[in-house]
Amino acid sequence: MMHMTERPIRTDELVDSLRNPAAGAYASFEGWIRNHNDGLDVKRLEYEVYAPLCVSEGTKIIEEAHARWSILHAECVHRSGSLEIGECAVWVGVTSVHRDEAFDACRYIIDQVKVRLPIWKKEHYADGDSGWVNCERCGAHDGEHGHQHDGRKGHAR
Amino acid sequence: MKKKITVRYFALFREHAGISGETLESDADDAASLFEQLKHRHGSAEPSAHCKVAINDEMADWDSPLSDGDVVLLFPPVAGG
Repeated sequence: MMHMTERPIRTDELVDSLRNPAAGAYASFEGWIRNHNDGLDVKRLEYEVYAPLCVSEGTKIIEEAHARWSILHAECVHRSGSLEIGECAVWVGVTSVHRDEAFDACRYIIDQVKVRLPIWKKEHYADGDSGWVNCERCGAHDGEHGHQHDGRKGHAR
Repeated sequence: MKKKITVRYFALFREHAGISGETLESDADDAASLFEQLKHRHGSAEPSAHCKVAINDEMADWDSPLSDGDVVLLFPPVAGG
């Protein structure tokens, strides 16, 4: 199941929710807020989300993981709102009987979540400027749509 | 034929439009045509590639047909995680 939350992600509680005597493996991924991107000092991030579609599309991704790999359980939680450096922005947890399936499904879920869910992040920089991440992809049309791209911001991974 | 379409803008598109949404009359046959017609609003010059669209809370393709009363969500390039 996919969950969206405005509150800090408690990974310890989430791990406990996955405990299962049949599970021999647990793989997880945490995405953290880092203090730099493309040479710029990042002070905080703001996540804008469209929650209804995040939940439905995220749930589809998890169902796809279940169809592709023999896993016991998979969960994903993503934050919204304003996050500080070091905070957990996204967590994925997968259990399975053996490790390969847990690793593979976990990787699939985070990769798909990043490209399919309607989530946008705005970085706030030390110099007071801010920018939407990935916006550089429309940078070729700067002149046509008027907003500024300095070529340094964006494409965070 | 003109259709009544409700459009919602997100993130960068919302900032460009200066509004989070609007209801308008459009003769656009599909989502891509509507996106083109609203260029001056959402500020993007390309119809698809890295942008996404949803119709009535379902992810949709850019060539999806539009019907009277549809709610179209215009998503700039996403960046989750």
